[in-house]
Formats: sequence, C-alpha cells, structure tokens
Amino acid sequence: MSETQVGRSPFDPARDGAFKKELVTLIPHLRAFARTLTGDPTAADDLAQDAMMKAWDARASFQLGTNMKAWTFMILRNQFYSEKRRSWRQSQLDQEAAERTLVAVDDPEAPVALDELRLSLAMLPPEQREALILVGAGGFAYEEAAEICGCAVGTVKSRVSRARRALQAILETGAYDRDGAAAGDAMYAILADAERLSTLR
Amino acid sequence: MEDHRKGAAALDEARLRQQAIGVKLRQMFDEVVNEPVPDEFLDILRRAEAPAGER
Repeated sequence: MSETQVGRSPFDPARDGAFKKELVTLIPHLRAFARTLTGDPTAADDLAQDAMMKAWDARASFQLGTNMKAWTFMILRNQFYSEKRRSWRQSQLDQEAAERTLVAVDDPEAPVALDELRLSLAMLPPEQREALILVGAGGFAYEEAAEICGCAVGTVKSRVSRARRALQAILETGAYDRDGAAAGDAMYAILADAERLSTLR
Repeated sequence: MEDHRKGAAALDEARLRQQAIGVKLRQMFDEVVNEPVPDEFLDILRRAEAPAGER
C-alpha cells in the first residue's frame, strides 16, 4: 500500500466499528429512500448498496457525532443522479419501473390508496418528489433536506409545497391513471396549475 | 355569510386531505423501512471490512 492518509491512522478499528454500527442502522432508511427515487425494488437495493459502500469507503472523511443519516442520504442521492446522467434511456426506464411496481404490488390486502399514491408520486418532477419524501416521510427538517439536495432552504420549502398541491390534484382527478397522452396532458395542466397557485400564495 | 362558511369548510377539507396524504406518504416509506434488510447488505459490508489480504 503506497497511500498514506494525513492526520489519521489509516487503520482505526474502534472508530470503524462505531461507524459501521451506525451505518447498519441506516440501511433500512437508505433502502426506503432509494425505492422512492427509483420506483423499482431491485434497482433501489443496488443503489442503496452502492451508497452504503461509498459511505464506508469515505468513512475517514465523516465526522462521528454529526448527522450520518443526512450524510448517507446525500451520498445516495448523488449516486442516483450521476447514474441517471449516464443513462440516456432513463426516462423510459422510470416509466417501465413505475409499471413494474404497479404490477408487483399484487397483494389484495394492500390498500389501493398506496398504489395510487406511488403512481402519483412517480408523476411529480424529481426535485419535488425528493423534497416531499425527505421532509414528509424521511423525518428531515427543511434545513437538512436542503443540505442533502444541495439547494437553499427556501427552495426546499417551495418544492415541498408545490409537491403537496400537485399530489393532491393528481389524486383528486385520478390523473395517475396512465392512459398515454391523456394522462400526460392532464398532468401538464395540473403542474401548471400548482405552479400558478404556489406563486399566488 | 354563506360563502364564508363554504370557504372555511373547503379549507378544512383541503387540510384534512393533505393530512391524509401525509399519513400515507409516511406509511409508504415506513413499509420499506420495516422490511427485513436483505443479507446481501451485511455480507458486502463484512467483506469490505476484512483486511485486504483476506478478501
């Protein structure tokens, strides 16, 4: 090994152990976040595993005692978007993933409303979806979500507010029914409407 | 007066609906959080933890 780390012993079992212990507790949350980003359980676990390993490899740069959940979510999010950029087919894949998710949820006991919510979420612009998930489901404060997404707190607030309005409108109009162009048009109208409403506020 | 009452009722309804969406959103997320973690995750981590020579 020719690499040397400055200011830290390259091998610190106690610190690594503490880091690993906390990282393991975050795996379920990373899986859940990845699932909402990809919409596909298999792709989500690949993404969550990649993020987990990236976090492990970067453990020396993490300051123990600070917010590891936000840190790992940021890693996962960056990983997701850098992979997305590499894949020109991604928009098509998203669509296919949404369909697979719909088909995969075949549990008659599962409340129908959750499927509707999943489909509706998939129709939101990605930046609105992730903001709403982080704040509305992940338990992050606006400030933490802003850090994870690399944007201003005000931006997160307005994205969450727009996402809430759009989601409600999609659910109410049943526009989550994907029947090709009609749903696309309905969606366009809803988003334009939500946009208008949020600037009026 | 009538209009005012209708407006207030609509606002209440909108708020209730937003709450319902919020509850479902958390439910959807927590459903995955509560799934058992596939063994693969811990296996990968264990392999990474092992000294380079033992991989």
